[in-house]
Amino acid sequence: MPGSVDLRIGIDVGGTNTDAVVLDAANTLLAKYKTPTTPDLTSGIHAALEAVLGQVDQPIERITHVMLGTTHATNAILERRDLLRVGVLRIGAPATISIPPFSDWPDDLRDAVSAGEAIVPGGCEVTGEPIVPFVPEEVARFCEKVKGTAQALAISAVFSPVSGDHEQQAEQIAREILGPDIPISLSQGIGALGLLERENACILNAALVGVAHKVVHGLREALARNGIDPVAFLTQNDGTLMGLDYVLRFPVLTIGSGPANSMRGACFLADVTDAVVVDVGGTSSDVGMLLNGFPRESSTPTDIGGVRTNFRMPDLVAIAVGGGTKVAGTPGAVMVGPESVGYRLRQEALIFGGSTPTLSDAAVAGGRAAFGDAAALAGREELLAAALTRADELVAVATDQIKTARGPIPLVAVGGGSVILPDEIAGVAEIIRPENYDVANAIGAAIASVSGQVDKVFKLAGRDRQEVLDLACGAARDEAISAGADPRAVEIVEVEEIPMAYLTEPVVRIRVKAAGPLSQM
Amino acid sequence: MTSALDRLDEQDLLDLSVGCTVLAGGGGGDPRIGVLMALGAIRRTGPVPLVALDDLDPDDLVIPAGMIGAPTVMVEKIPHGREGDVIRAAYEARLGRPVAALMPMEMGGINGVLPVAWAAIAGLPLVDGDLMGRAFPELQMCTPHLYDIPVSPLVVVDERSQVMTFETMDNIWGERLARNAVSRLGGCACAGLYPMDARTAATPMLAGTVSRAVHIGRTIRQAGDDPFRALDDTVGLYPLLTGKVLDVDRRTAGGFVRGSAVIEGTEKDAGRLVRLEFQNENLVAMEDGEALATVPDIITLLDRHTAHGIVTEHIRYGQRVVIGVFRAPDQWRSERGLATVGPRAFGYDIDYVPVEDRHARVG
Repeated sequence: MPGSVDLRIGIDVGGTNTDAVVLDAANTLLAKYKTPTTPDLTSGIHAALEAVLGQVDQPIERITHVMLGTTHATNAILERRDLLRVGVLRIGAPATISIPPFSDWPDDLRDAVSAGEAIVPGGCEVTGEPIVPFVPEEVARFCEKVKGTAQALAISAVFSPVSGDHEQQAEQIAREILGPDIPISLSQGIGALGLLERENACILNAALVGVAHKVVHGLREALARNGIDPVAFLTQNDGTLMGLDYVLRFPVLTIGSGPANSMRGACFLADVTDAVVVDVGGTSSDVGMLLNGFPRESSTPTDIGGVRTNFRMPDLVAIAVGGGTKVAGTPGAVMVGPESVGYRLRQEALIFGGSTPTLSDAAVAGGRAAFGDAAALAGREELLAAALTRADELVAVATDQIKTARGPIPLVAVGGGSVILPDEIAGVAEIIRPENYDVANAIGAAIASVSGQVDKVFKLAGRDRQEVLDLACGAARDEAISAGADPRAVEIVEVEEIPMAYLTEPVVRIRVKAAGPLSQM
Repeated sequence: MTSALDRLDEQDLLDLSVGCTVLAGGGGGDPRIGVLMALGAIRRTGPVPLVALDDLDPDDLVIPAGMIGAPTVMVEKIPHGREGDVIRAAYEARLGRPVAALMPMEMGGINGVLPVAWAAIAGLPLVDGDLMGRAFPELQMCTPHLYDIPVSPLVVVDERSQVMTFETMDNIWGERLARNAVSRLGGCACAGLYPMDARTAATPMLAGTVSRAVHIGRTIRQAGDDPFRALDDTVGLYPLLTGKVLDVDRRTAGGFVRGSAVIEGTEKDAGRLVRLEFQNENLVAMEDGEALATVPDIITLLDRHTAHGIVTEHIRYGQRVVIGVFRAPDQWRSERGLATVGPRAFGYDIDYVPVEDRHARVG
C-alpha cells in the first residue's frame, strides 16, 4: 500500500457520462477526461482511467488513491432496475403492527423490491430491555417462506440503535436457513432513530447490494487492467469517503454522493462558498445550496425515489431535467421526463441521428448549445421550444425552493448537461459557469475527506453530559481515523444531542460526525 | 368560524396533520406516525364520522384519548393500532356502559391524528373537539380540570395491551402517577382520560377544533404564494418575527424536553433577536428581556416557505422561520385557566398579556 498521498484520481460515473480527473497533492488539476458511460461499467471506468493516465506525464506508481463517485444506486432506485428482491423482517410485534413495512412506498417500487414481509415479536425499549421475548421460530418461519424468492434480507428491530441483539439473532437464524451468501442488511448499521425511516433505508440498502457488487467489481477490474493498485474509495452521501468492503455492506450510503461531490467540486472550481449549485447530468438535475463551502444538509427526512429515509444528506431538490431527458407530447401539452435516454444519448438523441427528442436537442434548437446535427431537428422546433420553457420553469422553481435568502445570490452551473440551462434565472445574481464545470463531480470526489459518525442513544447512568458527549466524540474520531483520516487533522464537524422526554432516567441521543483529510502517513 | 366537517377522509387527515403542527405550539410530536396509522385504518374502514356533542345523547359516554410520553420514543415503538379498542374495553368494564365516541385529548402534534386511527379501528365516531385547543405537556392542563371534572378513571395502555386504571385523589396525582407508569412502560403509552357523558363534556370541551385544524391544513395547502396571509384570514396570525434559527439548546429536566431556541431576524426584522423557551411546547418568546408572547397563547415556529409548524425536536440551526402566535382559546384566558397554563404555571414570573394587546395581525 502506498505510504502517502501523492497523485489522486477522482472518477464520477453518472447516468450519462463517466468523468475522471487527476489531482496532485496540492489539488492542481493535472488531467481530465469525459466519456459516455458504458452499459458495462468496467470498460467505461477503464477508458477514463486509461485516458487520464495517458495525459499525466508521471510514472503510474505515483497514483496513490482513487476515489469513485457514482449515481448508480440512485438511478437504480429511480428507474427501478437492477434491484434485488428483498425479504423484509421487522422485529417489533405487538408494537408497530399498525404501520407495516412498505406502507409509505410507491407501489411500483414496492413491487420491484418486496419478496415478502413479516413483523415478528421482539425489539427493545429505549432502555435496552426487550419489549417482549424474541421468538426465533417466527424468524425461521419467515425465512422458510421467502427462501427461493428473496435475493437479500433486510432486518429491522425496534430501538436497534440502542440494542442490536434481536437483529443479530435474526441474522444468524437467516444465515442457517438461507445460506452464507445471501446479503443481509441490519438496520442498526444503517439509519438513525425513527423505525420506519431506518427500515426503509435498510430495505433500500439490501436491494442495492447487487448494484454495489457491479460497481466495486467494475472499479477493481478497471484498476487491474490499467496496472495500478491504489487505495480505492467510493464517496458517500456526506461527500466523504468509504472503503470498498464498506460499500458492499452499505451501498445505500452512496446515494446522494454525486450531488455532494458536485457541490464540493463546484465550491472548489468557482471559488465561492455560498451559492446555489445546479448540477445537470444526463438523467436529472440536482439543485443544492452551498453554505460555507459545504452542502447544506437536509433538516428533514430525505425522500429517495419516493421513499422516506433518515439519512443526513445534502439538502437537494432533484428535478427530471437532464441532457438526456426525454421530450414527448405536443407543443401545447409538452412532457419533459422523467424518463431519460441516459448513456444512450449519443445514439438516441435527434442531433446524433437517433429518434428520441431530448433536452439536449431542445438546447441545440434553442441556440444554447452547438453540437450534433442541428438539421435533424427540423419540424420539431415548436415542441422543443416548449420543452425548454418547461425545463427552465422547473429549474427556476427548484432554485427558489433551495435558496435560504430572498435576495439574488450566485448560481454555479456544473455538470455535463449544464449547457441546457438558460443565461438568466429569476432570483439569481449571476450564473457562474466555471472552467472544468463538466468534471466538477470527479474533482469533488478527488478532494473528499474521510469521516466517522456516531448516532447512539446513551443512558447517562450517573455520568454527566459532557462525559457522554466526549465519549461519543472520541468514538466518531476513532471511526474516522480507522477509515483513513489523518489523526492530527480530524475535526468534530457536527454535534447534535436530543434528550428523550418523559423518562425518569436521563437518556440522550447523540449524533456526532468527525471528518479529516486522508492521512499523509 | 369555519364550517364543521361530518367525516374525515384521506385528504382531510393530511390537512388535519398540518393543522396540528400549527396548533401544537411546538409540542405534541411529529404527527407522521399517527397519519400513517390513520391512513392505513381509513383505507380499510372508510372515512371516520365526525360528530358534534349535540349529535349524541346527553348520557352518551365520550372518551378523550391520546398518547402520553415522548414522541421521540413513539417513532420507534409505534403503537399496535388497537389501543382505542383496549381503552374502550377498559372503560366499558369499569363503568358498565358503552363508549359512544372517542375525542382527541389535545389538538396538536400526533395527538390530533392518533385518535382518528383509533376511532376508525374501533368503529367509533370521533367528537369534533378537544380539551386543549393546542398541545400542553401535562394531564391537568385540560379544560375539564378548570371545572373540577376528574381525570379519573384514567386508563393507560401500552402496545402489549397491558392496562392500568388509576383512581386518583385529584388531577395532579393523575398526572404524576401516569407519568411514572409511562416511564416504566418505556417512555410512551396511550391513555383515555376525563371520561365524560356528552352533557358534562359540553361545558369544558373546545368545540369544532378538529374541523378547525383541518381547515388550517387545507388553507395552507391551497394558499399558493402567501400562506401566512391565508392563515391569518382563517385563524388570526400574529407574526412576531421572520428569521432563521441561530441556536438550539435542548436538555431533559424533570421528564420533559426543556430548552430554548434563538431566532435571528431577517428580511424586515433584520437586527432583532428573539429567544423561544420551551418545555415540550413553546412557553415564552423573549426579546431584550421582555416577553413578546407567553402561554397560553399558541407560539409556533412556522416554516418560512410552507407555513407548516415545526415541532420542538425538529428545530435545527439555519431553518428559516416565522414565529407565529395564535390566540389561546378563551377558557385558558380565565383566571383559573391562567393559573393552570399561564406563564406562572410554568415558573415564569411574568404577567400574561393577550397577544392581540401587543401585536398586530398579518393583515
